[in-house]
Order: sequence, then C-alpha cells, then structure tokens
Amino acid sequence: MAEYSAFALLKNALSGNRDWRPAWRKPDPKPTYDVIIVGGGGHGLSTAYYLAKEHGITNVAVLEKGYLGSGNVGRNTVTVRSNYLLPQNIRFYEHSMKMWEELSHDLNYNVMFSQRGVLALGHSPGQIDEFARRGNAMRHLGVDAELMDVAAIKKLMPGIDETASARFPIVGGLMQRRAGTARHDAVAWGYARAADRRGVDILENCEVNGFIKDGDRVVGVTTSRGEIRAKKIAVAVAGSTGHVMRMAGVDRLPIESHVLQAFVTESIKPFLDTVVTFGMGHFYMNQSDKGGLVYGGDIDGYNSYAQRGNLPIVEDVMSEMLALFPSLAPVRVLRSWGGIMDMSMDGSPIITTGPLPGMYLNCGWCYGGFKATPASGFCFAHTIARDQPHEFNAPFSLDRFHSGAVIDDKGQGATPRLH
Amino acid sequence: MLITCPYCGPRDVSEYTYQGDGNRTRPEPASTDQEAWNAYVYDRVNIAGAHHEIWQHSGGCRAHLAVVRSTTTHKIASVGFVREAGHRKHERHARPGAKA
Ligand SMILES: Cc1cc2nc3c(=O)[nH]c(=O)nc-3n(C[C@H](O)[C@H](O)[C@H](O)COP(=O)(O)OP(=O)(O)OC[C@H]3O[C@@H](n4cnc5c(N)ncnc54)[C@H](O)[C@@H]3O)c2cc1C
Ligand SMILES: [Zn+2]
Repeated sequence: MAEYSAFALLKNALSGNRDWRPAWRKPDPKPTYDVIIVGGGGHGLSTAYYLAKEHGITNVAVLEKGYLGSGNVGRNTVTVRSNYLLPQNIRFYEHSMKMWEELSHDLNYNVMFSQRGVLALGHSPGQIDEFARRGNAMRHLGVDAELMDVAAIKKLMPGIDETASARFPIVGGLMQRRAGTARHDAVAWGYARAADRRGVDILENCEVNGFIKDGDRVVGVTTSRGEIRAKKIAVAVAGSTGHVMRMAGVDRLPIESHVLQAFVTESIKPFLDTVVTFGMGHFYMNQSDKGGLVYGGDIDGYNSYAQRGNLPIVEDVMSEMLALFPSLAPVRVLRSWGGIMDMSMDGSPIITTGPLPGMYLNCGWCYGGFKATPASGFCFAHTIARDQPHEFNAPFSLDRFHSGAVIDDKGQGATPRLH
Repeated sequence: MLITCPYCGPRDVSEYTYQGDGNRTRPEPASTDQEAWNAYVYDRVNIAGAHHEIWQHSGGCRAHLAVVRSTTTHKIASVGFVREAGHRKHERHARPGAKA
C-alpha cells in the first residue's frame, strides 16, 4: 500500500502522528558503491530514483554538499513547459511533460503539478509569425499549442495592459495549456524519499573536493566525509559544473556559470492564473498558491558563482513587469535571491558518458532545467546503466560542439548570456 | 559592481558590456586548425575564483578592457587595456545587439 494515503493519514492521526517514518534515512557513507552521483539537486535525485526503478541498480549514493534542495531545484521559478522549436528539444521536453503528468502518482508524493498554462506574449506581426511556426512545429510532434488574440489574452489576464498605448503593445500570444508549474521543494523531497525507499543512500553535508583516478579513469571521490569509491561516477552539479569538473582535471568545457535572480511579492488576491512570458524583453511571472507573484528576467550576464545578484538587473526586471502590468506598481517585493546556472554554448543541455573513463556528465541546463527534472534523470540513468544514451538524450552529447550538431533553439550562437 | 576604467575612472557596471572569457586565443583568420577554432568558439575556463575577462566600456570611452575579477566575490583585482595586455581582438566578433 502507498505510504502516503487517506488511510495512512487517518491511522496516523489516531496515533498522534508519532509513527511517520522520516522521508529519507541519514546513513553513513559506505566505502564503495556501484554508482556515485555528485549533486543532490533534482537531477541527481531523479537519476538515482530511475537507476533503481528502471535498471535495478540500488547500490547508489547521492552526495550533496549542503542540504537537499539548497541548489537550483529549490531556487527556481517553477515553470514547466515543452514549447520549443527544434525537434530534439520538443521530443525531450515533451517526454518530461508526460512524466510530470504522472509524477505525483509515480512517487506517491504530491508535487503539486498544476497545468495552468504558459502563455508567451508577442508584440509584432513578425513575432506572431514566429509563434505560428513554433506552434506548428510543436503540433507536428503531438504537443499542444494554440495562438491567442488580444481579446482572449485580456480575458485570461484582466490585469494586463493590452491597450495600443502600452510601452510594447501586445499583438497576440502562443499558449501551451498543458504546461504550468510544480512545487519545486516537493520534487526534491519526493524523489529523495522514493530513491531512499529503493535503497539509495542520500548523503547530505558531503562535499566532493577531489576525484580519485587510476590513470585516466575516475574510480572515486574524496569528500568532507572521507573517501568513497565507485564503478561509475556521475556528476550533476548544475551551476558548479566548471568548478567540480576542474577537480577531475577537465579544465575547459562549453559551459559558463551565471547568476539568475528571482523575486517574490507579498501575497495578493488571485491575479494571474497562468504563467506569462514577455516577448519584448526577458520576463516571466506566475502567482504562487500562497498568492505571491513569482517572477524573474535575464541573467546578470557575466560569470558568477555568487548566489546573489546585482542591482541593474533588478531594475530591468521591475521595469518589464510594470510595462506589462502597470497596476502592480504598489505591490511590495518580499524577497529576492539568486541561483547559479550552467549556461551552455548553444543553450541546450549535455547528458553524456565521459568526458573521462568511468565518468558521466549531466549539465548545461541554462535557465530551463527544472522542467527537465524527470526526463533528465530518466535519460541520465539510462546512459549510466547502459553506457549509451537513450534516444531522447542522444542529441545532447558533449561531442556535438566538435561535430557541429549544436542545438541552438534561439539561434544566438556561442554567447551564453544571450540564450 | 563598479569597474574602474583606466580612462574614465570608477563607473557602474551598467555602463559596460561583458565580452566574455579573456583566456581564449583567436586563431589567425586563415587557419584551418579545427581544434583551435573549436576551442576558441566553445571552450571556456569558467573558474570559481580569479577570472580573466574582457569588458567594453560601451557607455563611456568604448575601450576594451582586460579585467581580472573574482567570480565568487565580484572583487576586481585589476583593469587594463586589452591591447596592452596582449589580448587578441576577438571582441570585434561579438554579436551585435549584445545586452549590457
Ligand atoms: C532563479 C532561477 C529560476 C529558474 N526558473 C526555472 C523555471 O521556471 N523553469 C525551469 O525549468 N528551470 C528554471 N531554472 C533552472 C533550474 O532550476 C535548473 O536548471 C535545475 O534546477 C538544475 O538542476 P538541479 O535541480 O539538479 O540543480 P541543483 O539543485 O542546483 O543541484 C546541484 C546540486 O549539486 C550540489 N553540489 C555542487 N557542488 C558540489 C560538490 N562539490 N559536492 C557535492 N555536491 C555539490 C549543489 O549543492 C546542488 O544541490 C531556474 C533557475 C534559477 C536559478
Ligand atoms: Zn572608459
């Protein structure tokens, strides 16, 4: 029977809630494992879960330098969508979307996946033509997409300035109704519990500070909790990729670390029941279940490992918000924070064997890795277990930068701050 | 963040345009060395610590500057002119419309 159920709730209520098990154990590290995953974010945890569930590999440790959820999995603005242009991206992210639709049941953990829709706004006829092209590319591969006119947009979000005198008048939008949001902490906790129950050791406060090598081959790691060895070592550390891979002797990768800031306002009455993105700059917003508006914009634009941002982008994001929703001017901002993202050179992720023997690498998620959490773990587990990619991550190789098969959805070239 | 331009003095970061990793070397235009071009276009040092990078004072004197900045604290250790630091002028090839 499911650990969390109406019956369990009743039973535990009657016994004073004393018999719940902790969501995951706090084991001591074993000297060796079949697989070590460096990084206890969403992707590391989902990889561990699918290694156990899909491939029967349960002698696995997830090593997290802080506490679970302290990285980007707990810092993002929770948008989940699959509205890409290029077929490699559409297939991968739509696979993820289908997994999201089943995730709460699969994990027996409510990740509060809410298909409230994601609407991209367009501000010129040319942009609407581009949306039509993108929508057709999506529908061609079985993904839902719908063009909306200004009247329909105004009906959906009455707070928006749809007038011709707006700073950037709205011409239309592209809606994906199956897209939406999920509760980010719950995703980390749900995967952690489900992996733990299948035997995975989750080792918090366990920072990897070096790699043990036998020739070229990676055979273990040194950590703040001692030396741990494994047959296979997988790295999924998001914004820390450059720093961690340097410890393994890989000193150049097609990756730059950048800070992305996010903001949340005080709670207000229901104002926005979809996710909206702005087409004349970079701005996106949703309203949380508690009522706060959660939003963000561009990255600060220069390499950073500091989990805080600088002021010019704060001003930039606020001005974009007010260009769209002038009525939000009096609403107070409660807090802001930053997360470090691994920006790749074509804006697409890397899920691959290597680059050293015994090693596996998952990185390059840029702005958008939260939505990828299920498919990323699923594909990375496959790659680790079988030593070859799944069909969905085969295009996302490290080698694509050499072969020229880059996946540049925005057509920006090798300038990470533009992706 | 303030960057002290050698011409203009300390100015706010919003006056500058980031041109990226200064550790790269642009191959000669006639070179057909694929590895060298690949490394120049795609590979980055991305260090957590003192990072050599190029900034342009696009809202001021427009000079290209070689900056050493800590990516963990944003502290700036040095600022000089790119040409004096011996960097190649790959910044000419930055895409138009790059945001500050
Ligand atoms: C502000 C912001 C908003 C975002 N909004 C969205 C969004 O709306 N939609 C979307 O799809 N994506 C979004 N993203 C991107 C998304 O959050 C990330 O791409 C994704 O979460 C990265 O994967 P992860 O969860 O595994 O990373 P993380 O949670 O960062 O996991 C990596 C883990 O590795 C650990 N680690 C690092 N170094 C070491 C070491 N040496 N030893 C041990 N452990 C180590 C870290 O502590 C961290 O917990 C956003 C990101 C930010 C910062
Ligand atoms: Zn100057």
